[in-house]
Amino acid sequence: MNARFAGRLVVIAAVALVIALLPFGLTNYHQGLGARVGVYFIAILGLNILTGYTGQISIGHGAFMAIGGYTTAIMSHDHGTNLIATLPLAFAITFVCGLLVGVPALRFSGVYLALATFALAVSVPQLPLKFSKFTGGSNGIRTATAPGNSWLYGVTWACAAIGFVGAWLLLRGRTGRAFRAVRDSELAATSSGVALPIYKTLAFGISAAYAGVAGSLFVLATAGFAQPNEFGIILSLEILIGAAVAGLGSLWGVVVGAVFVGLLPEISASVPVLGSGHGQDVVFGLIVIAVMILLPNGFAGLLRLVESRFKTPIESDSTTS
Amino acid sequence: MASLVSRRSAVSTGISVPVLAILVAVGVFLVVGSLVSDIFAQQTVAGLAQGAIFASLALALVLIYRATEVINFAQGELAMATTYIAYQLTLWGLSYWLAFFLTLPIAFVLGVVLQVVFIRPVHQSIIAVVIVTVGLFILIDGLVTWKWGADLKFMKAPFGNHVYRAGGVAFARQDIGVLATSILSVILLWGLFQFTKIGLAMRAAALRPAAASLVGVRVNWMLAIGWGLAAVLGAVAGLMTEPTQFLQPTMMQPILLYAFAAAVLGGLESPAGSVIAGLMLGVFLNLVGQYVGFATSELRLPLAFAVLLVVLLFKPSGLFGRKQVRRV
Repeated sequence: MNARFAGRLVVIAAVALVIALLPFGLTNYHQGLGARVGVYFIAILGLNILTGYTGQISIGHGAFMAIGGYTTAIMSHDHGTNLIATLPLAFAITFVCGLLVGVPALRFSGVYLALATFALAVSVPQLPLKFSKFTGGSNGIRTATAPGNSWLYGVTWACAAIGFVGAWLLLRGRTGRAFRAVRDSELAATSSGVALPIYKTLAFGISAAYAGVAGSLFVLATAGFAQPNEFGIILSLEILIGAAVAGLGSLWGVVVGAVFVGLLPEISASVPVLGSGHGQDVVFGLIVIAVMILLPNGFAGLLRLVESRFKTPIESDSTTS
Repeated sequence: MASLVSRRSAVSTGISVPVLAILVAVGVFLVVGSLVSDIFAQQTVAGLAQGAIFASLALALVLIYRATEVINFAQGELAMATTYIAYQLTLWGLSYWLAFFLTLPIAFVLGVVLQVVFIRPVHQSIIAVVIVTVGLFILIDGLVTWKWGADLKFMKAPFGNHVYRAGGVAFARQDIGVLATSILSVILLWGLFQFTKIGLAMRAAALRPAAASLVGVRVNWMLAIGWGLAAVLGAVAGLMTEPTQFLQPTMMQPILLYAFAAAVLGGLESPAGSVIAGLMLGVFLNLVGQYVGFATSELRLPLAFAVLLVVLLFKPSGLFGRKQVRRV
């Protein structure tokens, strides 16, 4: 264990401590907001595994969130399942869905994959409208019980912590190396014995499973309601924005990305300049553009830049690449 | 030697014999169907009008994609915003067609300015450009809602409500007008690219940026002009959408999705492909909506994308796209 590693552990511990202690100083409403940030955290983490580490772009993670969310809502509403018990179920179901999407996605790359996943994001929220017997149509479906905000905050960030540690363990080991090899050069990866189909579909499955859990918690965070229009394209785009702001291919910025998309709409709504409720979108859009112009590689890119200023030349960077 | 052929150097249209055969079959099917059934003919023409709008917006996407390999998510919102500008012009007392032709240069300038101000600073990173266009999407949406409000607005119908009758078939003059206007703008654009010096320069800048700049083409400006032209096409699409959808900030969002589908179906690199795919998609959706009971309006979008996915599985680079050959 070198000094660098220890330093990172300290940073993570500090952030975790802040997140753990934060709810004690927050109002009920702000705990709800904090839980929302946690939801984005998990979803962005999942997208980062797929897009940042394996190089497979997806604009369709809102679809997986919808599947996870509806899993929770239907299980709780129709079968009275305990809410926490629905989370692993959502994880499993979306994992399988991710694998299923991953198989045809093997044939696409780059912008075609982006648009194919975008198709998913557009189509899935329409399905509950068609099959309204199970899903309550446009009125949505509600979980049997709606949890309070402090419960939500705790559960969400607990899931986020498990997800973070899981992602970190996964990505630093053999699988993570294979993912990165696929991202950097598919040909080189194949010739070094990495089975492309297996690792690409696996990345899709894991990434979708993260999004599924995020979707479950997202439903719980909206008073237990699963509604089709909550899972629209905007949600998928928000996750993508969050991942880009966090910086792809690094886990260190995810918190920043989650805070960005979780809180910015709230903050920009309170900017008084434009004098109406619609000013929110103007401010949000402008800030998104400004951040991308100033930090094209996201927060993680900024970190790398700062780090390289202080780095001794011999030390080689292996974890953030 | 496959490895020597880089993707961009192949200039052929990439249309293959099976695709051509399918197209001919589809054409024959539509003509025969129209002769047999009046309703079929009516739905086909209405579908073509709808498809022509998809086609113009899809062509706008393809223009930008060919030049910069980036999908512009803000294309639909830009079209919507320019339609609002035309609306404002008519409010100030201009006639519809005067407003129409005044809006086109405004859209051009708007497109150029957006490219120079927002896209050029981030053009090295594709993901950054995509996110910026998503940001533009949100920004334009917010600006329009703030200025004009979210409620429906109405413009004068550009083509009137006249209905032509041929035999037992009724064609709305509006459908014919929308179809003619969209196709005309596409043909004009094609002419610009094919027969003018600036069109040549733009094609050069898109195909071989480095080589083009060596022979004196100002590549950066060509990209900006490309955005401008895409915005003009978008404005036409927006103005042609208005008579059926009326003016509201969300009016182009579903159209943009169909245009995405059409652009990908056509192969993203192929302008002609995107136009044909747009027209086919419009007709397909109308006919399926008419004759297949299961395909209710909720399933319109999923259906369009299901077609897209099926086509992509068989031809991963679209109907008219070239097979990608990468050098490693």
